[in-house]
Amino acid sequence: MEAVKSLFESMIYLATHLSEAMLVSVEIFLLTLLFALPLGLLVAFGRMSKNPIICTVVKIYIAIMRGTPLMLQLIVVYFAPFFVFGMKITQSYRFIAVIIAFSINYAAYFAEIYRAGIQSIPVGQYEAAHILGYSKAQTFFKIIMPQVVKRILPPVTNETITLVKDTSLAFAIAVAEMFTKAKELSASQASITPLMAAGVFYFIFNYLVAFIMERFEKALDYYR
Amino acid sequence: MGEILFEVTNMSKSFGELEVIRDVSLAVEKGEVVSIIGPSGSGKSTLLRCATMLEKMDSGELAFLGEKAAYMGASGIEYADKKALKKIRSYYGLVFQNFNLFPHYSVLKNVIDAPMTVDGLSKEEAVARAMEILDRLGLADKVDSYPCELSGGQQQRVSIARALALKPQVLFFDEPTSALDPELTGEVLKVIKQLAAEHMTMIIVTHEMQFAKELSDRIVFIEGGVIVAEGSPDEIFASDNSRVREFIGKFTS
Repeated sequence: MEAVKSLFESMIYLATHLSEAMLVSVEIFLLTLLFALPLGLLVAFGRMSKNPIICTVVKIYIAIMRGTPLMLQLIVVYFAPFFVFGMKITQSYRFIAVIIAFSINYAAYFAEIYRAGIQSIPVGQYEAAHILGYSKAQTFFKIIMPQVVKRILPPVTNETITLVKDTSLAFAIAVAEMFTKAKELSASQASITPLMAAGVFYFIFNYLVAFIMERFEKALDYYR
Repeated sequence: MGEILFEVTNMSKSFGELEVIRDVSLAVEKGEVVSIIGPSGSGKSTLLRCATMLEKMDSGELAFLGEKAAYMGASGIEYADKKALKKIRSYYGLVFQNFNLFPHYSVLKNVIDAPMTVDGLSKEEAVARAMEILDRLGLADKVDSYPCELSGGQQQRVSIARALALKPQVLFFDEPTSALDPELTGEVLKVIKQLAAEHMTMIIVTHEMQFAKELSDRIVFIEGGVIVAEGSPDEIFASDNSRVREFIGKFTS
């Protein structure tokens, strides 16, 4: 009982004292989605390009993004301006570096999800649209993409939920997001409860994400 | 002789080493119904795919309403430019074996979307046209349904309606009943018969021998990528060509 009470108190404390840190986590999440979702589509097109140079470059990019730790990518993006260009790293760049690293990393994953979705649409859909006189762009945006969206919602939900938890990696370059702050508090109070409370925060966040995505899936349930 | 709406001359097509169509020529007049029959792998579907430009032929000429879509240039086959092809494409429609309806669109939207998107019709015009066609094909009560809620026969009728909504001059059918249960083929064949009575120009690849016999002005028998026999249904069904007799015998006995 004591433990629950102390966790609850910790959560109230975090909610009031760390609302700013919570907002930072939410911001990282939303901005990453905002950039990575469309960027992923571009990457998917590159990956499916008939031009061997574009296709190879994009394949290498995806391999690096998926093959190395996101935490390392964060650190590289954060220090690159200094080590590569000798630029001074400003305080505000910290947050920007997180958004850049997360966006290009998640774009690679989203791109492969898009590609799977696009390639799963039967060729007959393209042929029917072609015969009816739709242009390539009209075919893609009116006929193919809506069907792709329906098919890729479950894997996109997966990726989005992973992103919520991955925002805690911003800790690696000391961005004051939820996990960083909870860790600080935990150290100063010599208690594990702030971390547990952060865990509850992530859980609720993800519960919301899953709930919203399920709504989207339901909304597209009217056809098979 | 009526106006020739569709004409292919000396069409050849290979997939790698495999020669699928060899030097096939065929002209179809306005109002004519031509059935293309032949065993599996004879090249009849490829002929249709080349005729509708889903597939590019290797050599030959292709014209709709006298306008050349493909012709032999100095260095082999040449297709007309994009703009000309877009216009030519509006002259014909194609009904697929497995319908290829757009699953995320309702029946009505399937039928009105191309006229609105491609021909720039207003919604009122497109809906009026669609309702008239759907009514004629006995689908008036299905306008708000989605393809997944329909039987195969109904889906195929919707796909015919979708093709008709663009007012094609020539309508191609690629084995329109092959994906249907035998009990559902009747309703689709009835609709095609109805169109024939309205003098729609149609080129039909089919396995339905009895249907081809009843409906066609002309039957073309293809085997091994060449036209083996061609003539009125009576001529074909009374053919003394052993291959034609054998093939027809299999279906009618």
